[in-house]
Amino acid sequence: MIRAEGLRRTFTAGKETIEAVRDVSFEVAAGELLALLGPNGAGKSTTMRMLTTLLPPTAGSAHIAGFDVAREPGLVREVIGYVGQRNAAGENHRIRDELAIQGRCYGLRLREARRRADEVLELLGIGELAGRLPGTLSGGQRRRVDIALGLVHGPRVLFLDEPSAGLDPHSRAGLWEQLQRLRREQGLTILLTTHYLDEADQMAERIVIVDQGRVIANGTADVLKADLAGDRLYVTTSDTDGARAAAALARRMAGIVEVTTEDRTVGLRCADADAVLPAYLRLLHHASVTVTRAGLRRPSLDDVFINLTGRRLEQPGDPSGNSIEEPTHA
Amino acid sequence: MPKLLQDTATVFCREITPELRSPVGMVFAMGQPVLFLVLFGSMLVGTDADLGTGTGTADVWQWFVPGILVMMCLMGPLGAGHTMLSELNGGQVERFLVTPISRTSLILGRTGKDTVTLFAQAILITAIAVPLGMRFHLPGALATMVLLVVMAVGLSALSYVLAIISRPSGNLFWIVTQVLIFPVMLLSGILLPVDAGPGWLSAVATTNPVTYIVDAARALFVGDFLDPAVFHGLVAATAIAVLGLILATRAMRRGV
Ligand SMILES: Nc1ncnc2c1ncn2[C@@H]1O[C@H](COP(=O)(O)OP(=O)(O)OP(=O)(O)O)[C@@H](O)[C@H]1O
Ligand SMILES: [Mg+2]
Repeated sequence: MIRAEGLRRTFTAGKETIEAVRDVSFEVAAGELLALLGPNGAGKSTTMRMLTTLLPPTAGSAHIAGFDVAREPGLVREVIGYVGQRNAAGENHRIRDELAIQGRCYGLRLREARRRADEVLELLGIGELAGRLPGTLSGGQRRRVDIALGLVHGPRVLFLDEPSAGLDPHSRAGLWEQLQRLRREQGLTILLTTHYLDEADQMAERIVIVDQGRVIANGTADVLKADLAGDRLYVTTSDTDGARAAAALARRMAGIVEVTTEDRTVGLRCADADAVLPAYLRLLHHASVTVTRAGLRRPSLDDVFINLTGRRLEQPGDPSGNSIEEPTHA
Repeated sequence: MPKLLQDTATVFCREITPELRSPVGMVFAMGQPVLFLVLFGSMLVGTDADLGTGTGTADVWQWFVPGILVMMCLMGPLGAGHTMLSELNGGQVERFLVTPISRTSLILGRTGKDTVTLFAQAILITAIAVPLGMRFHLPGALATMVLLVVMAVGLSALSYVLAIISRPSGNLFWIVTQVLIFPVMLLSGILLPVDAGPGWLSAVATTNPVTYIVDAARALFVGDFLDPAVFHGLVAATAIAVLGLILATRAMRRGV
């Protein structure tokens, strides 16, 4: 449904040339939900703007529903909906008016456009805001208006640039529920960007990670985590000698990718911690190493990113941080 | 073509709806021209100035009001350009560019709304001037409106071009509107006749297209349809309109 091939886009600001997107290729199948992840300035929005006909690519090509973004922008626009990173409702316009106008832009008749406007407002739970001006709404309410604007004409392919930014957990859950329902009922294809790794992890079928304008990973969350991060397993022993012995034993086990020791704690990285943990404990028992604590942690997408780039994707203290307990990093 | 018309109507509707919902805003936007009309106009009448139009209070008003109408057409589109600038920097224009709506209609619809607004304001100004003592010539006033509408289309389109090319800071927009607008106004003889100044000033004024429009508006306003100034003014207004529309639609098509 979406195919990007070698997309590239440079900007010139004064004498400086900014390579916003260097080389981005990926595909999204019909009905699929793909999340585009990456740090600020990675080129996510620029990629989206190329795919939605807003920016001509410097090089490369893209097709949406079989139409060439550069050569057939009109046909592409007919089938897509786009929710940009910035607010889309005009300051002087009532919400309902804006939604009806949006429908008219896609050729809906006035009556139909009004009906759809009310429908999507209800769908997003902001029906009671219909008569208000955007300036009187909260940030999260405005965001939902933006999303409503992208849905009013019933697109086949939906582009969402940070749709959940600024939404409270309840609204986020609500938004996801709507999106999943649209996918089930209408087979909507969705490409979205987000900085909330947990929602990408849970909701997206596939994840593409971009960094500095390049795709650095592409796959399902599970595959990325297994291939590029691995489970983590922690064992704390009664003394440092025990830890040293435990580390030595771990290095001899099959399937362990990495062993680290910190004080009395040994950390292992492996593919299938569920199976490794009992075997490892048995081994330690036979070697008379006293284990006081043991646990395992599933990798997060942040771990994937750290493994790929050596940097973190999420800021420490980010509200979206994975809620799984965080043992001391070895 | 029907699609272009329909899209233009859509954009026009979007832009005019807030004005219709609160028409007070339109009246407030007229504040400056009304002040000039009532305060400056009354003083001008009081001075008994010879404005090269013969004599009499009624004549002074008939000389002054068309100038104020042109002034309004110069200032009105600036507000529209400012709105455009903020919608360019917000996500609103982008939102329209992603839809299949015709790019040209994004300019035509907005320009249409600006022109209708100015037309309504021009009627109000004229209505205010009548009780102040202005003699009113209906066919002349209508003809003046037509001329002003043509110019308003051009100026509104030009203010959109300016908004588009001065993104994202908007500096250029402010510089042009702050620095350019008053000289253009003074040098077109809106407030006082240019002839009253030294020769060099009149020479500069002849390079100002607005001068011709002001002269034409004055001739039309008293019903002097055959005055050659009318022709010159129409040419100037049409040139502004064509130039503005070409530049604006081209800028919009290139994408923002
Ligand atoms: N119009 C522009 N002119 C100049 N540089 C730009 C322009 N738009 C984007 N850039 C630059 O391109 C790079 C990529 O920007 P982009 O908006 O695509 O990032 P992003 O991945 O969406 O980031 P974020 O997570 O912050 O939204 C940035 O370095 C940005 O400064
Ligand atoms: Mg972005």
